[in-house]
Amino acid sequence: MAKVPVQFTLNGSDKAEFVDSGTTLLHALRDKIGDTSPKGGCHQGTCGACSVIIDGELRLSCLTLAETCNGATISTTSGLSESGVLHPLQRAFLDTFATQCGFCTPGMIMAAKVLLDHTPNPSRDEVVEALSGNICRCTGYEPIIQAVLTAARSNSQNAA
Amino acid sequence: MQLRKSYFADVRKDDLHEIGQPRPRSDSPGHVTGKTAFFADRNFPGMLHLKMVRSPHHHARIRSIDTSEAEKHPGVVKILTAKDVPHNVYTILILIQIGPEDETVLADGKVRWKGEAVVAVLAETERAAQEAAAKVKVDYEVLPAVFDMEEALKPGAPLVNEYHGQNYYLYDSGECRKVRFGDVEAGFAGADHVLEQSYQSSPIEHAPTETTGCVVAPEGNDRFTCYTNTQAMFFTLDNTSIILQMPGSKLHFVGGTVGGGFGGKVDVIVEPIAILGAKLTGRPVCFIYSREEEMQISSPRAAEKVVIKDGVMSDGRIVARKVTGYTDAGAYSRHSPYGAQKGAGHYPGPYTIPNVWIDTYCVYTNRTPSSAMRGFGVTIGDFALEVQMDKLARLIGMDPLEFRFINAYRDGDMKAHRQPTEGAALIECMQEASRAANWPVAEKFMAMSSYVKGA
Ligand code: FES
Ligand code: FES
Repeated sequence: MAKVPVQFTLNGSDKAEFVDSGTTLLHALRDKIGDTSPKGGCHQGTCGACSVIIDGELRLSCLTLAETCNGATISTTSGLSESGVLHPLQRAFLDTFATQCGFCTPGMIMAAKVLLDHTPNPSRDEVVEALSGNICRCTGYEPIIQAVLTAARSNSQNAA
Repeated sequence: MQLRKSYFADVRKDDLHEIGQPRPRSDSPGHVTGKTAFFADRNFPGMLHLKMVRSPHHHARIRSIDTSEAEKHPGVVKILTAKDVPHNVYTILILIQIGPEDETVLADGKVRWKGEAVVAVLAETERAAQEAAAKVKVDYEVLPAVFDMEEALKPGAPLVNEYHGQNYYLYDSGECRKVRFGDVEAGFAGADHVLEQSYQSSPIEHAPTETTGCVVAPEGNDRFTCYTNTQAMFFTLDNTSIILQMPGSKLHFVGGTVGGGFGGKVDVIVEPIAILGAKLTGRPVCFIYSREEEMQISSPRAAEKVVIKDGVMSDGRIVARKVTGYTDAGAYSRHSPYGAQKGAGHYPGPYTIPNVWIDTYCVYTNRTPSSAMRGFGVTIGDFALEVQMDKLARLIGMDPLEFRFINAYRDGDMKAHRQPTEGAALIECMQEASRAANWPVAEKFMAMSSYVKGA
């Protein structure tokens, strides 16, 4: 099968790969580049476990073709902590017990990050809305909502 | 919420200082940084992908299987049928002597539920495996199927599973698990009221966010490492050892990281065939359920039917309880004979009743085999029992919580299956619930105790 080149920035570093035409970004990230933080829970756009951030927008990597990401800036949960220091969202997920099996967690954190990037002080309803594309089978969602609100508060305290 | 240490004062001398203290979980840092390694995060060069050809029928004889077209499909490396599996007929509970072996790894001559695995295709890519699987031709002769437990138990019903010979699991006690305590008919005869109700549930899928699967890597010395999300590591290892007729020392299982289980990942389904594929090709193999397979193929909680007949006095005492429970195992046993048996031990619920009669059946139908899920064998029974308790309270015009205080079991009471009650604490829990829910009960109930004699 014909291979196509793809080139993008992932968590701040340049990546280039040859992939089969039609390869999903999820597959390229996990199996080619080796970033396994986005998870495949359904491969059909219904669970949100594969969520990544492409040019500032929340996207499902299982429904995104790798070849459409040329030149893009992509972030995943594995690139969130800097020099071993957890991002406030990661800290909050730990502190509020917002993770059980952990399979949904990287996708949840991506969805939460896009929300806080655009809306630093969200209401509870805005948090619920922002996470509505991500399924968690374990926690019952409440600790996750609390984690996002907690992270928002700690961000605004740091900014003040 | 307060910790009432007095209840366990005699048995627990320790001060239980951990309770109420949050402690960080050791696995969470991996989860929030994306570093936790789930089985599917393992990738090996040259890894093959396994896809199953599944039965489109609920019940059918297999006349023939033709894999010739599929074999020619580009990328196909190996195709497996029943004859490739060393010990193809198995049952997981054989490890604890619960037989007979009644399930095929790959269907042999017959399929007994829609979705049953028939042929395994191993190919270079997931897509090639999928496309080749679609080219496998299986000629079926469709047989009459039975989906309802009561229909399945009738004479003349289609026989679901020949390894059992009848549509129920034969216990050493006969066609069902039985508990007999006191004289239930005399109890009904002397009761002020008798109420019989039946309760039914449908199968429930666990729906874990991570689907069932495993990745197998040959170690090059006839030993295989299997990365799996099973909830039952050693159970799976031992059953795989039986199915593949391979000593356990050749099998190296790595797991414990499960992306949601809920009981849905305790069956031994993906590992034996993936390891067999790795053995016969010498290549790493990945077998992951699609989301559709997870929802349709993986075992759900069993459908159950529970019939409860109670004799109750106007003063609130239950004097007789008869329970007939039916567990729908689907086409194969898996954990269901155990689940149905658990039900027999669990009824008549946390109540002291002088006359009890219990029959629980494990029934075979042409439905997806059911298995473990969160308290299987007792959860649906508890739903039925507690709805029944509310109905009985209403029948005699009594507060439902006070009604439960009257019947609650206490330490020292003999249970129907002849285990004396120990550490019951039901009364104390209900007292706490009464306060927490602001559902007041008469003072005499608040003065009761599970463990102080005469209180
Ligand atoms: S894997 Fe992409 S939404 Fe589920
Ligand atoms: S923590 Fe298990 S799915 Fe969310």
